[in-house]
Amino acid sequence: MNIIASSTSRPTARALTAEEKHEIDHEMTLYPDKRAVGLEALKIVQKHQGWVSDESLMGVAEYLGMSAHELDGVATFFNLIFRRPVGRNVILFCDSVSCWIMGCDRIKEHISNRLGIDYGQTTADGEYTLLPVPCLGDCDRAPVMLMDGEQHRNLTAEKIDQLFAQRALNKEASESK
Amino acid sequence: MTDRPLTRNIDMSRAPFDIGQYRAAGGYGSVEKMLKTMAPGDVLDLVKNSGLKGRGGAGFPTGLKWSFVPMGDNAPKTKYLVVNADEMEPGTFKDRLLMEGDPHLLLEGMMIAAYTIQANTAYIFLRGEYLRAEKLLQNAIAEAHNKGLLGKNIQGSGFDLEIILHTSAGRYICGEETALLNALEGKRANPRAKPPFPQVSGLWGKPTIVNNVETLCNLPGIVNYGIEWFKGLGLGADAGTKLCGVSGRVKNPGCWELPLGTPIRELLEDKAGGMCDGYALRAFLPGGGSTDFLLPQHLDLTLDYDVIGKAGSRLATGTMIVLDDRTCPVGMVGNLMKFFSHESCGWCTPCRDGLPWIDEIFQRFEKGGGLESDMQVLTDHLEYLGPGRTFCALAPGAMAPLGSALRHFRDDFHDHIHGGGCPWQR
Repeated sequence: MNIIASSTSRPTARALTAEEKHEIDHEMTLYPDKRAVGLEALKIVQKHQGWVSDESLMGVAEYLGMSAHELDGVATFFNLIFRRPVGRNVILFCDSVSCWIMGCDRIKEHISNRLGIDYGQTTADGEYTLLPVPCLGDCDRAPVMLMDGEQHRNLTAEKIDQLFAQRALNKEASESK
Repeated sequence: MTDRPLTRNIDMSRAPFDIGQYRAAGGYGSVEKMLKTMAPGDVLDLVKNSGLKGRGGAGFPTGLKWSFVPMGDNAPKTKYLVVNADEMEPGTFKDRLLMEGDPHLLLEGMMIAAYTIQANTAYIFLRGEYLRAEKLLQNAIAEAHNKGLLGKNIQGSGFDLEIILHTSAGRYICGEETALLNALEGKRANPRAKPPFPQVSGLWGKPTIVNNVETLCNLPGIVNYGIEWFKGLGLGADAGTKLCGVSGRVKNPGCWELPLGTPIRELLEDKAGGMCDGYALRAFLPGGGSTDFLLPQHLDLTLDYDVIGKAGSRLATGTMIVLDDRTCPVGMVGNLMKFFSHESCGWCTPCRDGLPWIDEIFQRFEKGGGLESDMQVLTDHLEYLGPGRTFCALAPGAMAPLGSALRHFRDDFHDHIHGGGCPWQR
């Protein structure tokens, strides 16, 4: 009975943290209408929480004095607001025309095989999510992807292998400290 | 004087100039000159007469765009300048170069535009994925503030200006200026009906100018060196220089500042080094994903708005995407159709329903299962999604590569339909 009750209970607004509020308050000083910071507020929450849950969305809507539905309309409009949990690292893989000409499909297959995930999926260990992204504006160095705030260019299967091997080493080193 | 006003400070092997280095190289000189010696109307006349056209894609004369903003004592006190830095056109990588290579140049250009229309607040609408540009611009804004080039009563002129950096979260439609304004107001980025035009009723209903990054970066040179100099930079009918890029299977892909009127062949062969060994040029999109294919026979045309227009395409963003003879043209167009279908905002029916339909047809072409009747459906869409049928230019832009591909690559489509899928995959 508890299971049924909890699965049908409606989400309620999460109280935003002091840090989130502080950053949102700063954004509000930059616009004449506080509803204008909806996207910034969602990005702030996502930076701290990893993604935007229903509870977070309702918390932000309440804080900005707007309806949760209106804010969800904004949240779901933008490619980079995540309304589902994502991995600790989100790989934004450019699949637009210049990267396609330069063979990005094969690189994407290589990443998918290596990590065992397709677009929209997250690895079982919660480490990586793979997403397609429209043209990253680095077309003279295609194929490209964005990960950890860094653009990785002129991708080849070997480069992908080196990149993930290096990351695994770094992770081991930081965990053994 | 310089013949490369946009990139003269840019060297991507080092960090961009900080404000000290930028000023030592003559930076912000145009702002000092303008505030001391020019009224807003003087700058407007200068820019109008310079022949500067918008570098974002549409090529609309910048001075004419500004001239619709209400001026004088009866004009609204609050006006806005907005920079369209939402660079997301497939195959386009020019504004990134300017923002990462010389961020102060953009701020200097913004000051000139804001002063001309007497806007005291300017927003930079930057695409969310441009993280390095975000950091560099934020830093440049802070530097300009510290030196009294932004804020209240700039250099004792009585002119106030604040520049605010807004970062988006990935949506191509935000590059459409009225959709951009909705996004900046915190709404879904659907385009608005025009009229009213943003110059009269834009951001929060106030007079607003939206200009592309590269357009604004042209302004300091025009104020510093004048109209004759600017016109003299161009080799043909158009004034000034243009950032021109080449991507695809060429030896040396990249982005260069060239005089408008430069032959396309010079861009492709001298700058980009020609095709990679073993590849031949089949066709190219001259200015990003929303332009019509041109063919090798067009290589001797010059990079001029009207010249490219007469050949049936557009100079648009000036960043060329090259199709080689070992890449499937149907697959390339299918990739573009998938992009446009995904990025349609869904506001108006022809675009929302038409683009996914086209995308579905291209997926069948790829796998096998294409029908001869699909060709008529695609041809019909050129009209249904063409100019005048939709709220904004997204769908008509998508029809440009599609329509020209149907003309130039008829045999390739035929092979897909009658050969059971993409022949390049078999």
